[in-house]
Amino acid sequence: MSGRLALTSHLLAVVTPFSVPPALMDALQIVILVLVAGAATMVVLTRQPARQAIALSAYGLLLALMFLALQAPDVTLSELTVGAVALPILLMLTLAKVRKRE
Amino acid sequence: MTAVQRRWLFFAGMAILAGFYLWGLSGLPGFGNYPGPYGFVINRIAVAQTNATGVVSAVNFEYRGFDTVGEEFILFTAATGVATVLRQLRNERNEGQAGDEALGPGSAETTDAVRLATLVFVGPTVLFGWYLGSHAQTSPSGGFQGGVVLATAFVLIYLAGEFLVFRRISPVNLVDAVGAVGAGGFAVVGITAVALGLPYLTNFLGLGTVPGAVSSSGTIALISFFVGIEVAAAFVLIVGELLEQTLLVRRGAA
Amino acid sequence: MEVFPFVVVVWILGVGLYGIVTSRHLVHQIVCLIVVQSSTYVLLLGVGYVTGAVAPYFFDVKVHTPAVDPVVQALALTDVVVEAAVTALLLAFAIQAYKRFGTLDPQELVSLKG
Repeated sequence: MSGRLALTSHLLAVVTPFSVPPALMDALQIVILVLVAGAATMVVLTRQPARQAIALSAYGLLLALMFLALQAPDVTLSELTVGAVALPILLMLTLAKVRKRE
Repeated sequence: MTAVQRRWLFFAGMAILAGFYLWGLSGLPGFGNYPGPYGFVINRIAVAQTNATGVVSAVNFEYRGFDTVGEEFILFTAATGVATVLRQLRNERNEGQAGDEALGPGSAETTDAVRLATLVFVGPTVLFGWYLGSHAQTSPSGGFQGGVVLATAFVLIYLAGEFLVFRRISPVNLVDAVGAVGAGGFAVVGITAVALGLPYLTNFLGLGTVPGAVSSSGTIALISFFVGIEVAAAFVLIVGELLEQTLLVRRGAA
Repeated sequence: MEVFPFVVVVWILGVGLYGIVTSRHLVHQIVCLIVVQSSTYVLLLGVGYVTGAVAPYFFDVKVHTPAVDPVVQALALTDVVVEAAVTALLLAFAIQAYKRFGTLDPQELVSLKG
C-alpha cells in the first residue's frame, strides 16, 4: 500500500514541506506577512465604500494565501469563499440600497 | 473635539495599547516553537479514536462539538436578525411586486458573456459545495465551507440577471425551513445521544472501518451535513433579503 | 522571525482601529471592523504553527508525522464564517440607520436627537 502511495505521490508531484528547505518556507511566510500588512493598510485607507469592497476582496485573497503558508487549508477555503466572495457581495448590495435613495 | 485632536488622542492610546500587546505577545514561546501538549495529543489519537483523517473537522464536530453548536446558533441568530430588521422595513411600503420591476426599464441588461460565464459555473459550484459538505472527515472540507459555496451558486444565478429564477428557487418560507432544519438537526443529534443514555453530543453511530472514508466517523459526517445546509440557507436568506431591499428602493424611486 | 507575525498582528489591529476612529461612512467603518477581526485569525494560526510540520490531515501522510495544531484551526475556521453573518447583521442596521436619519456619517449620527 505504501509503495502505491509513493508511486502516486511521485506521479502527481505532491510536495510536502519536508522537501522544501526551511529557509525558503520562512522567506515565503515573511513575504506574505508583509503583503498582508500592506493590504490591510490599503483597505483602511480606501475611503469610498464601493472601491473598498474590491480592496477587501483582494485582502481576502492575500489572507487565504497566508493561511495556506501556515499549513491551514481548511481556513484557506473558508476565507476564500467568505472574504473574497460573500462579503463583497453583501457590501455591494448594501451600497446599492443606500445609493439609490440619494 | 476636532478631528485632528481625536486623531492625536487615538495615536496616543494606540501606542500604549500596542506596547502592552507586544509585551504580552513576546512572552509567547515564539513563532514555530509550539510547546503545548494538546495539539500533539490530538494529532496522535484522533485518527484512531474517530476514524476521521480530517483532524480539524474531528475537533470541530467531535472533540469541540459543543462550541460549534454555539457558533452555529450565532450564525442562525444573525441571519434571523437580518431577516427581522429588513422585513420590518419592507412592510412599511405596500407589498410590491418586485418581480415586475425586475423586467421593467430600471433593471440592468446583462451581456451574453456574463450570462454564459455565470450560468456555466452554477452546476459545478453546486457539485463542489456538496462535495465539500460531505467530506468533512476526509480532507480539508466541512459543513461551513460547503454551505457558503452552495449559497454562492444561488448568488451566481442572480448575477446572471435572472432575478426571477433566483426568487423562484429560493422562496423565503423554504429557505427559512431549511435553515431551521439544519440548526435544529445539529441539536437533535446531540439530544439523541442523551436519549441513549450517553453524554450530550457523543459519537453514537458506528465508526466505520476505513479511516477517512466518506461513510466513516459516525456523527461527524451527519453533523457536517446539517451545518452545511444551515449555513447555505442562512447566506441565501441574507442575500435574498438585501436583494429585496434593493429592488424595492428602485421601484420606489422610479 | 520569532516575533514578526505578532508584530504584523498588532499592526493590522492598529490600522483597523485607526480606520474605525477616523471614518466618515458607516459602511467604511464596518469594513474596518472586518480588518480588525482578521488580525485575530492571524494571531490564532501564528500561535499554533510548528516549524517544519504539515497540515493536520492524515489521508496521504502517515499518522505520526508532525503536524500543526488543529484546535486553533478549528477556532479560526468557524470564526471566519460566523463573522460574515454578523457583518450582514451590522449592514442591516446600517440600512436601518440610513432610513431613519438619512445620513451614513457616524459623526453626524451622534448629534442627531430624534
